Amino acid sequence: MSLTVKIRKRLAAFDLELNFSTAQGTLGLLGASGCGKSYTLKCIAGIETPDEGRIVLDGRVLLDTDNHINLAPQQRHVGYLFQNYALFPNMTVRQNILCGLRREPDRARRQARLQEALQLLQLQAVADSRPARLSGGEAQRAALARILVSQPQLLLLDEPFAALDTHLRDRLQIELEGLLEQLKQPAILVTHSRDEAYHLCKQIAVIDQGRLLTLKDTDGLFADPGSSRAAVLTGCKNITPARVIGPRRIELPVWGIRLETEQPVEPGLTAVGIRAHAFDPAARTNFYPVCFERPVEEPFEWTLPFRWQNQAGSSQPVWWRVPKRDLTQPFPPGLGVNPENILLLYDG
Amino acid sequence: MDWYPLWNSLRIAAISSVLVFFLGILLAYYAARLSRVLKGILDVILTLPLVLPPTVCGYFLLLLFGARRPLGQWLARWGIRFVMTWYGGVLAALVVAFPLMYRTARGAFESFDDNLAYSGQTLGLSNTYIFWRIRLPACRQGILAGTVLAFARALGEYGATSMLIGYTPGKTATISTTVYQLWRTNDDAGALRWVLVNLVISTVVLLTVNLLEDRQKRTVRR
Repeated sequence: MSLTVKIRKRLAAFDLELNFSTAQGTLGLLGASGCGKSYTLKCIAGIETPDEGRIVLDGRVLLDTDNHINLAPQQRHVGYLFQNYALFPNMTVRQNILCGLRREPDRARRQARLQEALQLLQLQAVADSRPARLSGGEAQRAALARILVSQPQLLLLDEPFAALDTHLRDRLQIELEGLLEQLKQPAILVTHSRDEAYHLCKQIAVIDQGRLLTLKDTDGLFADPGSSRAAVLTGCKNITPARVIGPRRIELPVWGIRLETEQPVEPGLTAVGIRAHAFDPAARTNFYPVCFERPVEEPFEWTLPFRWQNQAGSSQPVWWRVPKRDLTQPFPPGLGVNPENILLLYDG
Repeated sequence: MDWYPLWNSLRIAAISSVLVFFLGILLAYYAARLSRVLKGILDVILTLPLVLPPTVCGYFLLLLFGARRPLGQWLARWGIRFVMTWYGGVLAALVVAFPLMYRTARGAFESFDDNLAYSGQTLGLSNTYIFWRIRLPACRQGILAGTVLAFARALGEYGATSMLIGYTPGKTATISTTVYQLWRTNDDAGALRWVLVNLVISTVVLLTVNLLEDRQKRTVRR
């Protein structure tokens, strides 16, 4: 699969201007609600038309406003899984899936592919039920079956787990990941959840206010998000302004500490991020005394807000999260940070 | 007893309901997609017959289709005359009953989840298929209610009908004009007979609606 997307659209809150291409596996579009990521999916599917743009999928031009090309959604062969699954309420699961098979002229083959999909997605038991009778997981599988039988070149997933209970979410993520891998189905996942993006995507594009902040492979993004906005979206809880004082040495004025970094520091550095799990009471480097604030207990973890001894009084406390069984000493006198766990952030 | 008014009323109501059904769906569908200003203007025009006295509607119809009016003369060249004919009654009923269908159907279309149409498009379904097999069935409750209301209104139409087609026994007489005519000529017993006929029809219509609604609720649950 190869996809090139270049779109511009004037929206009420901001201008959406995105330009990216991708060639491998599942791509994630990660961003806060209303950042333009769903709109981008709709442009790829042909449901929305941007002011200007060019979208090319596997060499096929889906949209090119300069040359007045704008394929109808029906001609794009792009599947779209809606957040509410959009199953047709007046049809049974079987009839819904057959809607995805109307391009197949041969009756016997249509039936064969229907049976195959019912089996693959374990829908035999509910094949003759209407959507209103399905559980959240069944509805998602039915919607997926309906799309997959139409053999889309690209599958678009718009917040597919948002409508589900938490306990279902993890299981269905694993199921979906397995399914996409088994069918070698290229997909784009839109989500605001870093966990979903991390589990399902090989590459992640971070979008903020209609702009692409960064597009990286997943591990690279979580190890080095590059900007404050991207760091927040990957779940980094502690971000503070920073200043360069040496090739591998920085000062954090608000926290009142200096840190050694593993990465060499570039001149444009504006902030650093430290993940809540990255503090270590036994660290030998970057170790400073701390005062703890009121702890927050969770089932298997402690969230322990603290301040560095010289931290500015008006600033937010720093978050340390630690699994309960790793916390040997309730309130250690000081905390350190391993130099490789410091995220260097350059905000333009 | 001469049953002509019953037959005439039923055919006028049936034909005008069928026309209202298609016209109402068409206009409601397009109105639901218009911008707010255009929708507001169209709404006023299409809803006016509901709030105007039916005699005023009849007056306007005479103004348009009267034998000496340009449109009336032009139609007469093709042998079509809406004044004093039974199918003029269809026109009168159509105009008066249309807003009921239009407004109910538009409400239904506006509450339709557009994602259903979009997902149909991405699956490769044609827009015609989506309209008739997905959008209409999803809105059928509103459309059914609108049709029944329009039928009931058309069946009971009096004002515009008497203005446009008058009362000619065996030709343009409907149940409602007959009741008035018989009462006016002191035939109380005759008037009462037609009142009872009217009551029976209305009851049957309402019972049918309830039955349909019940069955639909059960299908959705199944």
